[in-house]
Amino acid sequence: MTKTFTRSAIALAAGAGMAALMAGTALADPAVLYDGGGKFDASFNESTFNGAQRFSEETGIGFGEFEITTDAQREQAMRQFAQRGANPILVPGFNWETTIRTVAAEFPDTNFAIIDAVVDLPNVRSIVFKEHEGSYLVGILAAMASETGTIGVVPAFDFALLNAFACGYKQGAKSVNPDIEILDTYIGSGFDAFNNPGGGAEVAQSQLDRGADVIFQVAGGAGQGVLQAVADADKLGIGVDSNQNHLHPGNVLTSMLKRVDVATYNAFKDFEDGNWTNEIITLGVAEEGVGPAFDEHNEALITDEMRAAVDEATAKITSGEIVVHDFRTDNSCPV
Amino acid sequence: MERVNHPDAQRPQGAAASAPAIELRAINKSFGPVHANRDIDLSVQKGTVHGIVGENGAGKSTLMSILYGFYTADSGDILVNGKTVSISNSSDALSLGIGMVHQHFMLVDNFTVLENVVLGAEGSALLGRSLSKARSELQRLARDYGLEVSPDTLIEDLSVGQQQRVEILKALYRGADILILDEPTGVLTPAEADHLFRVLATLRNEGKTIILITHKLREIMAITDAVSVMRQGRMVATVPTSETSPEALAELMVGRRVLLRVDKDEARPGDVKLAVENLTVADDAGVIRVKGVSFSVRAGEIVGIAGVAGNGQSELLEAIAGMRRPVAGRVIVNGHEVTTHGEAGAAELRQKGLAHVPEDRLRMGLVTNFEAWENSILGYQDEPRYGGGLALDIGASRREFEGRIAQYDIRPANPRLKTANFSGGNQQKIVLAREMERDPDILIVGQPTRGVDIGAIEFIHNQIVKMRDAGKAILLVSVELDEIRSLSDRILVIFDGEIVGEADPASADEGELGLLMAGVHNKEAAQ
Amino acid sequence: MSARVPLPAWVDRILLPVLNVSLAFLIGGIVVLLVGQNPLEAVQIMLYGAFGYGDGFGYTLYYTTNFIFAGLAVSLAYHAGLFNIGAEGQGYIAGLGVILVALWLNGTHWALMMPLMLVAGALFGAFWAFIPGYLQAKRGSHVVITTILFNFIATSLMSYLISRVLKPAGVSADESARIEAVTRVPQLREFIPFFGYSPVNLTFPLAIAALFGVWFLIWRTKFGYAVRALGFNPTAAHYAGISNARLIMITMALSGGLAGLVALNEVAGVQGRLILNFMAGAGFVGIAVAFMGRAHPIGVALAALLFGALYQGGQELAFSMPAITRDMIVTIQALVILFTGAMGEMLRPPLERIFARRAPAVARPAE
Repeated sequence: MTKTFTRSAIALAAGAGMAALMAGTALADPAVLYDGGGKFDASFNESTFNGAQRFSEETGIGFGEFEITTDAQREQAMRQFAQRGANPILVPGFNWETTIRTVAAEFPDTNFAIIDAVVDLPNVRSIVFKEHEGSYLVGILAAMASETGTIGVVPAFDFALLNAFACGYKQGAKSVNPDIEILDTYIGSGFDAFNNPGGGAEVAQSQLDRGADVIFQVAGGAGQGVLQAVADADKLGIGVDSNQNHLHPGNVLTSMLKRVDVATYNAFKDFEDGNWTNEIITLGVAEEGVGPAFDEHNEALITDEMRAAVDEATAKITSGEIVVHDFRTDNSCPV
Repeated sequence: MERVNHPDAQRPQGAAASAPAIELRAINKSFGPVHANRDIDLSVQKGTVHGIVGENGAGKSTLMSILYGFYTADSGDILVNGKTVSISNSSDALSLGIGMVHQHFMLVDNFTVLENVVLGAEGSALLGRSLSKARSELQRLARDYGLEVSPDTLIEDLSVGQQQRVEILKALYRGADILILDEPTGVLTPAEADHLFRVLATLRNEGKTIILITHKLREIMAITDAVSVMRQGRMVATVPTSETSPEALAELMVGRRVLLRVDKDEARPGDVKLAVENLTVADDAGVIRVKGVSFSVRAGEIVGIAGVAGNGQSELLEAIAGMRRPVAGRVIVNGHEVTTHGEAGAAELRQKGLAHVPEDRLRMGLVTNFEAWENSILGYQDEPRYGGGLALDIGASRREFEGRIAQYDIRPANPRLKTANFSGGNQQKIVLAREMERDPDILIVGQPTRGVDIGAIEFIHNQIVKMRDAGKAILLVSVELDEIRSLSDRILVIFDGEIVGEADPASADEGELGLLMAGVHNKEAAQ
Repeated sequence: MSARVPLPAWVDRILLPVLNVSLAFLIGGIVVLLVGQNPLEAVQIMLYGAFGYGDGFGYTLYYTTNFIFAGLAVSLAYHAGLFNIGAEGQGYIAGLGVILVALWLNGTHWALMMPLMLVAGALFGAFWAFIPGYLQAKRGSHVVITTILFNFIATSLMSYLISRVLKPAGVSADESARIEAVTRVPQLREFIPFFGYSPVNLTFPLAIAALFGVWFLIWRTKFGYAVRALGFNPTAAHYAGISNARLIMITMALSGGLAGLVALNEVAGVQGRLILNFMAGAGFVGIAVAFMGRAHPIGVALAALLFGALYQGGQELAFSMPAITRDMIVTIQALVILFTGAMGEMLRPPLERIFARRAPAVARPAE
């Protein structure tokens, strides 16, 4: 008993010494804290990681990172980074909003950035996307690719952000074909739905059965199930957030990119170059923050005509000639 | 019970001259601090029935388990037919021709007799061939030894006595020459027990050797050729049965003189204290177990209910004690009709002056994981003397129990010892002390001496008689006919949920009672 | 005659759990070694993170608070022979009770609100456990099955209520409105600066009080006597005139009430609002804590501290050794649960063999 106690005392002493050492080395590098889904979620968090990784490769500057397991760790880990001198600290996802409000106020000399939420503090950069604009463009592609005149969209659940995707998509599709039928089905009723690929596949299957031949998934991890079901039926799916064209080449029409990686890269780069600003940055079609993905995997699916239609709409949105309605402004969709 | 005679009055010379079937030399076995077998020597002659008696915990079961390969002895030698052997598991034992019939049958209920017999001895992977071979072998064995039982009947459809035959057949099928039977008559009717002894006699005459473990001295006297007595892990004597007596054996077992008879005066019955009218009770599965039973018990008398286990006694006791709601009929306790509905009925009856010593102390009467003092308030825990309000007055409860330890000679005298660590007799004393010291008007007692050592039996019987003499009404239920006969002032016989007869213990003929217990209602039918 | 000799008390209560934890760490160490890290250094980091500085220790105690309540909940039910797998859902539903009272009287001083929120949380948790208790007592539906199912129902119900009913306008995240600072259960750091920024709050001393309370309830009251009789031997309890059905329902409700106090810590003490899935598995860790602690409050306290240290130390490890991912840390935590809970008896037979051989001659109870 005494022996074990002595041993743990030694371990404690050693630990304390090490901590002193670590406290001495200020981490001047940037840091990323991922949301609950984890670093490699093939979507939002992973996109953040890719941006940070690109920055690191180009500049040779490392970055700290942490995956939370419980909500109590949000504040704890963000504070740990701030205490150890990390700067700037970037977090993806609106679930960080409360945390960043608390911790950013405690560390006024550290810069913070949050993606997908607006935090009005002097040392916080807020980055939001016009998902509805990018969704408008993939809606155009979906309507043009459809042979049946029926297309679908599968959001994870009834949630304003996801509805904004769906609403933009519908507006884009109707702009091509006012008579097109658009199926809109949720997978579940809460955040769990993001982790339910089986449910995604079922919902997609039901839309396929009702004649849809192009389906847009807005469902995070559950979207993989949607794309799988569509590919199995040899129809067309549309990916979201990251470029998912490669998942089922020939069966993914395009992906609605949300350039979280670009936003992350730019944030770190701005800080490095001394261009950091603490403001609200809105990334839409004009800023190339959102839009359809074109690569070798969907080359064969995209006709020149489709490409031209997208370019035309892009120009009109940029110029302001087309204003895509954002569901979030009034919680309703005109189409 | 008749004496089953050996073909020769004397043990055959040939058998005595050849090596004994089993010889144990200086066997020792300890379980941690417990020395279960100490320097045991035992010699069992071929072609004899050898009895082994001893109290619970004397080391009989351990010794037989060593012989059958469940345990390995720490030291000592085992000789089978004169050759030193080592038995490390039951298949070793079987290959040496040793078979065992356990107290609790090791049969698969939803297999047929035939399937059970070949189980573990299938021979080849394809069952069909071995089954047909086994069938003819089984039929031959059954014919030779009077063990008739249909090979294709499911075990669950057999009576207990028939199941025991299957156990014996199983051992014989595997070529057993030496059969060990552990308390074989505990579950049998007197008639079934007689049949078993005839079978054992036949087996012996065919040259088989039989070791019979029992605590019933009458059985030892009736069937065995020699008997060994164990006490506290030692073998204290081995004597030819013809040269001993039940009294002598009891003294050897306990280590002092024991009174096997209960001395009691004539009963002086008073008013009716407990009346049961047309009581019908179902078991948990909804099967009617007690069928319209009526009787009454008066103050100052002991009414004994005799019967083979499983004829409705348990359900009858539970219904009277308020633990089981009857389907129909009434129970009248101390002049009050008790409404035995709801689950807390037992508490209500205690308040009305009825105490209940349950049949199975381990399953019902005690919480074996409790310390002894905790069990001494079980059922009475809500009384104010054990603490007011929510709190439990541990001090008061322990002090009270310490008094009972002295009065009832409960050993070890440690109120904080876990109840499971007391011997059966002392556990029963804890229950009896608890129920008797409330000074109840009515005491219902089920199997008061089951698994209790001879020394404690004497004490328990005297306590029950003392209660009667103090004017209490006592209902006694026991499957031990001897106990019923020696304690009761009146005997009722229960069969298949009905009271099939009443007898006066002084004049009742044992054969007649046995027939009643077996469900034979009139004497003509028995002839 | 039994062939098994019980182990000496200290072996049973101390050596066996210590060996189980050591074994878990040994295998965890191999995992750490496989990813090319130094296991000893990892242990040091974990110990330092859990006990080495005020913030870390505060987080350890914060997790410990949850695990004490959940562990006591499981233990109390266990004494009645009931296996309550539903502490997770009971605590989750209790969060609803806490937040409703908190938001209703938002702005009231905590000294008044803490007892109210406590009672509300306990009542909601008790209600959620009472239903499986009722189904067990009156309908014979096994409490293990129903409590598991009630966890699922709680998750769906709370998801719906948080995202549709309690979520204020203009908030993206699924969470309720915030409890004002004056109403929240105060943080210990307000009295003891040593705890830095850690979220350990006044619920922790409450958890310590609960340990004493449950001990008293089980071993010093008539109710506890009846509960233990029921747990050890329901037939004997029935014989003793105890209403098993009633006792099952009351015990389940009390168990759920204890689980509900996790919500007081999380909602009113730590988060200051109701968020999705704030239980984060605390109810399930409670099962391991109860088993490892042999359902005794002292054991529960030590096991809860161990798991609290494991959680906080794990965070420190993930932060300081990025090569060790959070999944590996969950694996190590799961190993401890596995070795102390599910396989907690694995080492008993060999220990019994060792100690049977060398045990001193203890007097055998004799006739």
